[in-house]
Amino acid sequence: MARKLSMRQAINEALDQEMARDPTVFIMGEDIAGGQGGQGELDAWGGPLGVTKGLYHKHPGRVLDTPLSESAFVGAAIGAAACGMRPVAELMFLDFMGVCFDQIFNQAAKFKYMFGGKAETPVVVRAMVGAGFRAAAQHSQMLTPIFTHIPGLKVVCPSNAYDAKGLLIQSIRDNDPVIFCEHKNLYGVETEVPEESYAIPFAEANVVRDGDDATIVTYGLMVHRAMDAADALAKKGIECDVIDLRTLSPIDWDTVLDSVERTGRLVCVDEANPRCSIASDVSAKVAQDAFKSLKAGIGMVTAPHTPVPFSPALEDIYIPSAAQISEAVQRTMGK
Amino acid sequence: MAKNPFPLSKEKLLDAYRTMRTIREFEERLHTEFAKGEIPGFVHLYAGEEAAGTGIMMHLTDKDRIASTHRGHGHCIAKGVDVKSMMAEIFGKAAGACRGKGGSMHIADLSKGMMGANGILGAGAPLACGAGLAAKYRGDGGVGISFVGDGASNQGTFLESLNLAAVWNLPVIFVVENNGYAESTHRDYAVAVDSYVDRAAGFGLPGVTVDGTDFFAVYETAGEVIKRAREGGGPSLLECKMVRFYGHFEGDQQLYRGKGELEDIRANRDCIKLFASRIVEAGVVTPKELEKIDREAAQLIEEAAAFAKSAPPPAPAELLTDVYVSY
Repeated sequence: MARKLSMRQAINEALDQEMARDPTVFIMGEDIAGGQGGQGELDAWGGPLGVTKGLYHKHPGRVLDTPLSESAFVGAAIGAAACGMRPVAELMFLDFMGVCFDQIFNQAAKFKYMFGGKAETPVVVRAMVGAGFRAAAQHSQMLTPIFTHIPGLKVVCPSNAYDAKGLLIQSIRDNDPVIFCEHKNLYGVETEVPEESYAIPFAEANVVRDGDDATIVTYGLMVHRAMDAADALAKKGIECDVIDLRTLSPIDWDTVLDSVERTGRLVCVDEANPRCSIASDVSAKVAQDAFKSLKAGIGMVTAPHTPVPFSPALEDIYIPSAAQISEAVQRTMGK
Repeated sequence: MAKNPFPLSKEKLLDAYRTMRTIREFEERLHTEFAKGEIPGFVHLYAGEEAAGTGIMMHLTDKDRIASTHRGHGHCIAKGVDVKSMMAEIFGKAAGACRGKGGSMHIADLSKGMMGANGILGAGAPLACGAGLAAKYRGDGGVGISFVGDGASNQGTFLESLNLAAVWNLPVIFVVENNGYAESTHRDYAVAVDSYVDRAAGFGLPGVTVDGTDFFAVYETAGEVIKRAREGGGPSLLECKMVRFYGHFEGDQQLYRGKGELEDIRANRDCIKLFASRIVEAGVVTPKELEKIDREAAQLIEEAAAFAKSAPPPAPAELLTDVYVSY
């Protein structure tokens, strides 16, 4: 039965259901319960934004609060995964990759290949991504392209509660290391979410709006900006395909190429910085494989090549807007 | 035959000797082959350090996991990884332990509890915590062993892992193989504390230092800390003071060593010679029994080298396989 759930609740439900289903699943991270060692309540926080609230008491011994030691606990999750467990480690903010990246990209990502196929590392690293929270340069980045660059990693970034639940369940069941990116500005957004467990396969993009004039390809929070832009464009008689990639590695090239071959116009929207981004990656693929279909140069709408600023006045113009997306689509139409 | 004064049966003593001799033969063969240009890439040899890996690993079974270092051949052999597949791996062949895709710095065999040599110094410590965590979670009595050198004992990953293991009371042993040099830099320059026992104490776990060239000292102390970890007593740090017979990597001229230093350690601190003298002088084994093992170890390595050299390289299609389980 479906009910309205926020993305925060949907992620919590996915973790809850997977822990109930599989005893090898456990979760770990900083303050994911909270209150350890003090005189007050346990599960005082349930994660810094309350995503894991309630799981501590429901799954005794399987919700592990860690010291502030990202290298040690992310590495321990990876080591435990290599020993047959299915840990979900919460990195809190993906920006903290800087203090544990070796464990992710030199260890987890490479075990399968480097050990001749004999190792499997079914670990999930959950982390918040994205700007708009007034959290400034070290708590707001969209670092997805850094992870898609690394062979051996899978990268997921849902845009809504329904996808978040199904993609997280798939991530936990997947036998490869998965970086699961949760946009902090989507935690409160509600959609219909079935109560029962379900998995959404990777590399299956979601066409969230149909149109024959142009293709907008994006993921995460930007799906909502793209939909706003597409609504505005429709009023001007321009109809867009809006493609929510959902998983960035692996990526559903077929859906992107099929759409561009039909519309002939492409705008890639990415909250990441522009160089070597998901947007530039999709642009390059389409230029390579569907060049003859293109009626205009490819448009890209991304964050600027700057860190994320703090001041709301600056952060608001850092994040790609519906107006910018709409303008980019119109440029591909010579308008 | 004299009464055996050692903590191991004669059979086990000969096993230990065989493991150490096999490691020594393996490493000396690599030294020779590397000098001839037969081996691609970097090779870091464990010769001189055999007593530490052997003395520790004799307490372990396949369910116990070790996270090794860039100097990992000895750990692999002592943990039971097949010597032929190791040699083939180092020669970059398809029959290698990692199908030729890992090389010397990444030999692994998870079925033996060998979680991999590691090209990133200190990176194995969190992984060993994960092994300990998995064992504790399952309640299977297994332990995780993290190896670092004196150099990597300064890495944040190692120091964070000491704290994590202590906080979670994990069945993990942190072995510091102190051979006196981090690459070319002396331990006394780069490690701020005089004693690793003090460093362990600073993280809230017991530490103990042993003469890593003394097999029996390693064996007995490792036995105590591993037993404690298995019984829920938590992590420990074990420092083995040892010597490195070759350079940091093959090709290293070792200009940083003092005059006569290498000659001295080879003459007076060779852990295999010291072990052999002890067990022969005690009258428990005969020189003839050891010589037989010497010949067998040499033969094994000869066969492994011949196998590795004649084995085919990986097929070009191997470039693209095993990146993911599914993609």
